Amino acid sequence: MTWDRSRGSSPNKEKASHALQENAGTDSDRLNRLAMRSSESISWFADITLSDRPAVGGKGGSLGELAHAGIAVPPGFVIRTTAFERFIAALEEDGPIRAGVAELEGHDLNGITALSENLRARLEQAPLPDSVHMEIVGAHTDFCGENNWPLAVRSSATTEDAEGRSFAGLQDTFLWVMGAQAVLNRVRSCWASLYSVPSIAYRRKHRIPENTVAMAVVVQRMVDARSAGVMFTRSPLTGDRSVVTLEATWGLGSALVSGEVTPDRFVISKITGEISVRHISDKHIQHVPGAGGGTREVDTPENLRRESSVSDQELAALKDIARKVERHYGQPQDIEWAIDRSGEILVLQSRPETVWAARDQTPVAKPTENPLLHVMNIFGGRR
Amino acid sequence: MSASVKPTGFPLPSSLQVVPGTERAQAAYPYYMQFTKEDDERFWFYNSMHFPEPMSPFDVTTAEAAYCALGAANTRVHCLPTTLGIDYRIINGRIYIGGNAVTDAAEIARRTKEFQQRAFYYYANWERLIAQWKDKMMALIREAQTLRKLALPEFEPLEHVHAGRGIASNHYLLDVYQKTLEGYFRMWHYHFEFLLLGYGAYMTFFDFCKKAFPEISEQTVARMVSGMQAEIFRPDDELRKLAKRAIELGVDGVLREGASPDDIIKALEQLGEPGRTWLQELAVSRDPWFNINVGDGFYHYHRSWNDDLSLPFSALPGYIANAKAGECIERPIEKLMAERKQLIEDYRELLNIDEERAAYDQMIALAHRVFPYVEGHKFYCEHWYTNLFFNKIREFGALLAEHGFFQDTEDVFQLTHYEIEAAIIDLMTAWSNGSPPRGPARWPAIVQERKAAIKEWAEHETPPALGPVPEVIDDPAIVLLWGITRERLDAWLAAGGQADASEIRGFAASSGVAEGVARVVKSVEQIDRLRHGDILVCRVTNPTWAPIFQKIAAAVSDIGGSMSHAAIVAREYGLPAVVGTGTATQKIKDGQRIRVDGGRGVVTILQ
Repeated sequence: MTWDRSRGSSPNKEKASHALQENAGTDSDRLNRLAMRSSESISWFADITLSDRPAVGGKGGSLGELAHAGIAVPPGFVIRTTAFERFIAALEEDGPIRAGVAELEGHDLNGITALSENLRARLEQAPLPDSVHMEIVGAHTDFCGENNWPLAVRSSATTEDAEGRSFAGLQDTFLWVMGAQAVLNRVRSCWASLYSVPSIAYRRKHRIPENTVAMAVVVQRMVDARSAGVMFTRSPLTGDRSVVTLEATWGLGSALVSGEVTPDRFVISKITGEISVRHISDKHIQHVPGAGGGTREVDTPENLRRESSVSDQELAALKDIARKVERHYGQPQDIEWAIDRSGEILVLQSRPETVWAARDQTPVAKPTENPLLHVMNIFGGRR
Repeated sequence: MSASVKPTGFPLPSSLQVVPGTERAQAAYPYYMQFTKEDDERFWFYNSMHFPEPMSPFDVTTAEAAYCALGAANTRVHCLPTTLGIDYRIINGRIYIGGNAVTDAAEIARRTKEFQQRAFYYYANWERLIAQWKDKMMALIREAQTLRKLALPEFEPLEHVHAGRGIASNHYLLDVYQKTLEGYFRMWHYHFEFLLLGYGAYMTFFDFCKKAFPEISEQTVARMVSGMQAEIFRPDDELRKLAKRAIELGVDGVLREGASPDDIIKALEQLGEPGRTWLQELAVSRDPWFNINVGDGFYHYHRSWNDDLSLPFSALPGYIANAKAGECIERPIEKLMAERKQLIEDYRELLNIDEERAAYDQMIALAHRVFPYVEGHKFYCEHWYTNLFFNKIREFGALLAEHGFFQDTEDVFQLTHYEIEAAIIDLMTAWSNGSPPRGPARWPAIVQERKAAIKEWAEHETPPALGPVPEVIDDPAIVLLWGITRERLDAWLAAGGQADASEIRGFAASSGVAEGVARVVKSVEQIDRLRHGDILVCRVTNPTWAPIFQKIAAAVSDIGGSMSHAAIVAREYGLPAVVGTGTATQKIKDGQRIRVDGGRGVVTILQ
């Protein structure tokens, strides 16, 4: 699993609405109005579905799809691939970009490294086309209003999270980005990260045609996570589809994913809500937002170390969200989530669970012409 | 625990000593129940599920009758492919049992053919055969109810003489005694006629669920199959109804906690019409629904509600208080059935493949058809009939006591059924020839010795199992009825060296967490020690204790699976329950604070 996003502080905390409830009040009203104003380069989450992937990338498509399905995600917008294409088109006039990459062989690490350095420098330094610049600044103003919210700026490549191929983690994500100018810079950095050594090497190795590769960028509110974690809509140990297996820790989820903390672990029945496993671990440290951006590690207060990082009520709500997401996608999911300091549960990412999927194709039992033959499983000594 | 110190087996039967000073009492049990040297070769386990306390010489009749019938059903009637019947032994009053597995593949194949002609016929014709069973069972009950009253008049009644009956009253002692015994043995054949097949269908569905949903709890599967309307719930339902009627009639004030049944009845009679009306309704409920024992019916001292109204009466004040507080005290059957339906649909939806769903439908349908028998038979067999049986033996006890054989009626249960027959013939002889009976010089001392032995045995713990541990336990009877699996045995073996003595594990029978004061109830007589909010800790949870579930906070038992009625009742009351811990009554001291986590099957001793 990847955890390529951190959670951070949302300074605007007037809402404590439950994850499954409609956000009420001015903030979401305003965001809903914004949803009507998607433009050539900008799509608001509520306007996006998975089918928009070619234009908004895997991550943007996934977040939009979740928002669309009524799952609470940290609000935001996507800078569509259109903007990237315009940016690249302007640059291509000064010298080839895609053609250069397409000529490389996947094993030619020296060639890839040299080209990567060259391309990234060009992308990082080039000015944005005026129209793109204005649309991004406009969206930022619309989104933040008077607030100087910390934002996450995340790469959302068009090939990322596509069926059977995972690009995840190869492109950059920037956290705790504040102000329009910083957002513009980070957007450019995201685009440039499409030409990082590992990204190029990956594409060449898998012979992905360069003209199908484009980069959208997600801009969304940081979540100041009180607790965060992951959940699977089945048991990773047994494949059981009737349970949600959930891991949680204090603060940002990065501490859990990086393995720096042994998370609390729960198994919850999807049907009965029964919590059959409840392992509360000693969570000695936690990740919190850093003062100047990024995250930092702090000691967990003594009285919280062995306390459950999620309440039973939150577990029940998370379980319901897991079921909703799974139902929406029609297959088992691997979900990243966070609970902000107001108690709101937000889904950060959801992707299909793939390990057990193959096993699902073999039935545990088949119907028999004489239903009584099933009892031979017990009486026939065939166990 | 490391592999090197892990014990590989349980003590051998030959290493188990009869408690010194009780040898003669031990010798009273029939020769075929005594351990022999050859028994060291086999695996045995203590049947503390059915016989949690030392058994008196008469009470072992239940083991004889039950295993004769169970073995016959498995071995000769339905021809279970992989198992024959159950062997039984007794030492220090404790019944150990062992299964006879069939392991030869050719023999299994031969028996499978037979099984499918027999058991499948039962499954296919279940409803008709069950209806027939109920008729047979009711006829058997009527037979027991209409057995002649015992009497030894000084002179044979004149009308018998004039009618030319030709048979004197002493003969009928033997006749009635033998009929009483015969009826009990017959009842156990009826008892096992459907039982294994019923459990088997349940286990078939359970086995599927465990494969499809490896982490599903046993209690969830139990809830999907449970019928809810079995007769075994009726006694408790009647009590709830009576509580409501007491309020409606305005007589509830008399039904106070702590008052004796006699005082309550007297007070009701003094209340005039409403009191009499309530007592009439009580009489209707009593026949037959108060023919329920406060135990599982395997001990002569597990008296029925009809014989001792104190248990049902002690439950009434709680129901009355709840009803007055505005609670609906009736079992919400419709709601429970709707929940069951929803549960089945929800799990069905999670299945991935249509074929799987079709198999699931077939298995749950069979389980629903056959499982009500498993839930319902107990009322007729273990309760109603057993109650008639012990009370008839009690009549013999009273007659023999009257003639000086015993100091007390109950002493009759310290004789084996063979010895009782001997005492009856002794009395028949004395009545016929005018000599004094020989029994009064013989039995009182023996009875005292045996009573003392049983008291002594109860103080001694006994190993949960004896002999070498089998590689696999594939005997469906043992797995189905006693929940004994290889994993279970390993857990028992490991428990010998358990590091954390404050934690006790068992089956998660009913979800929820509760903390409270442990009330260790080792026998049913101690049940009145339970106070509101206590946690019941007992050898075996018993469905007939259902009414006390309204006042306890949680239940813990040594023995039992999540399909036990107690587990079902606990789930309905929403009480945490952990069953089958093996050792809770030994490890938990009365009065300790404990925490019961019924969802995980863990009991923690807090102090």
